[in-house]
Amino acid sequence: MSDRRTLQIKQMSAHSGPIPGEGVQRGFEVCKLVDTTTCIGCKACEVACVEWNDLPFSATTFDNTYQTMPETRWNFWNLIKFNEHQRADGAIQWLMRKDQCMHCADPGCLRACPADGAIVQYTNGIVDFQQENCIGCEFCVSGCPFEIPKFNKTTKKVYKCTLCSDRVGQGLEPACIKACPTGCLKFGSKDDMKFIAETRATQLRDIFGFEKAGVYDPQSIGGTHVIYVLHDATQPELYGGLPKDPQIPWSYTVWKWLAKPVLGTFALFGLLGVCLHYVMVGPRRPQPEPLEKEATDGNRG
Amino acid sequence: MGTAVERFDEKAHQAFDRLGQNRVYEGELLRHRVYTRFLHWMVALFFFLALFSGFGIYLPWLFRWVTPIFGGGPLSRALHPWFGLGFVAFFVLQMLNWIKPMRWTAADTRWLRNLRNVVSGAEKLEPPETGFFNAGQKVQFWEIVAGCVVYLITGIILWAGAGTFGRMSVAVSYVLHDISALMMLGGIFIHIYLSTIGEPGTFHSMTRGAVSEAWAWTFHPAWYKQVTGRDPYQACEEARRRMSQPHS
Repeated sequence: MSDRRTLQIKQMSAHSGPIPGEGVQRGFEVCKLVDTTTCIGCKACEVACVEWNDLPFSATTFDNTYQTMPETRWNFWNLIKFNEHQRADGAIQWLMRKDQCMHCADPGCLRACPADGAIVQYTNGIVDFQQENCIGCEFCVSGCPFEIPKFNKTTKKVYKCTLCSDRVGQGLEPACIKACPTGCLKFGSKDDMKFIAETRATQLRDIFGFEKAGVYDPQSIGGTHVIYVLHDATQPELYGGLPKDPQIPWSYTVWKWLAKPVLGTFALFGLLGVCLHYVMVGPRRPQPEPLEKEATDGNRG
Repeated sequence: MGTAVERFDEKAHQAFDRLGQNRVYEGELLRHRVYTRFLHWMVALFFFLALFSGFGIYLPWLFRWVTPIFGGGPLSRALHPWFGLGFVAFFVLQMLNWIKPMRWTAADTRWLRNLRNVVSGAEKLEPPETGFFNAGQKVQFWEIVAGCVVYLITGIILWAGAGTFGRMSVAVSYVLHDISALMMLGGIFIHIYLSTIGEPGTFHSMTRGAVSEAWAWTFHPAWYKQVTGRDPYQACEEARRRMSQPHS
């Protein structure tokens, strides 16, 4: 799903050696801003996503809410999560959050992935799955704090939002942004989007009385390339289970990049050990051994 | 339970003895019957298939080297669990076959305390109480039993994935799965070394099934005594005397 002419790779899953073409182009980090306070839940972004990516249609699930289906699917990457929330003061809120890949700065999926080049991160921050390299192990599912990668049992590949890397590579905004009628979705550089988000949060706090309004850009995973403005940034869980402190399992950091090479080397010491034993101590032979002769040089013999 | 296992095991031995041969020449003893050898090589086959298909996925440096052997990354990933199941299945049969001679004794603890002398080559003959298996072999056997349990539990979790068992169980399982594999990898070097060039005469116990009497009284004296009824040290001394006599 990539266009290698315009998207430079920054990180590659399970790749040994340097990253091809690293650092040859200047670039800035992109970001999608989702302002949950102005989302009306029209789901134009859902349709735009399915349309642009030519995803096959799948049945929706009606559960007496304004949510299309319980969670994203391998062929449905963009879902408005709906929650009817009653505040402490009795007011009812309809919380709508556009759920999709967060394009983490430190992607748990990429860390967990054992297949060379199956998950790449571009210098602009987009995390993209390369299905032709995917081996279908689903480790990325356990690495992701947002339950985003979805496995297709038929193709045995994992799929998710690409942040329209094909469009962004050609200088276009993602399809969901293009479709949004209220302007609650914005796309631009990470710095610009953070500035707009913070300005909006300040406005919500100062003018609209949402004292806990804030920006969701979790630093536990180095920030994300999709950021949210929330009415209540202290309770992101209310917005369809957005984790407050998303974490990559420790095993994907400690084990994979430290213990694996170290312990792999230790296992090779077993091989070295037996070789040294053969040379320095020699084999144990059945007794009695034949009597030893003085060694003569066979070459001159 | 013991008797049912023994009856099954003996039937399997008889069936395999009809299929294969146990050829023993003069001055040799039968060590492993056909069924035992068959199980050993099936365990070995599936061990290496699982090891190599797993190693491509385990180490990024080996991914491009090893996965093509199995038809690429996706096929490696698809086959690895089945190779693992084959390994565990055949090892379970081997375990039933060997559980009796693998029982730990006080003599084994003494043997392990004496390990330094064995490794350094100072001890030419095994202590008299070393039976069909020595303590080193028993340690490896029980390590594989424990390893198989770890493989099976963590392997099923990894196979089914985070969707079934949750993120953390997958993240923990793959560490335990790897540790188990690394322990067996370390063990396999020692196993292959000792069964080939490290202790000459051992290898054909797993090919033809027979070993020389000298091998038996050197490495497994108690077993030698049990099979032949002769004293192993005396037999060794007699052989030494015969050897030192000038050829006539």
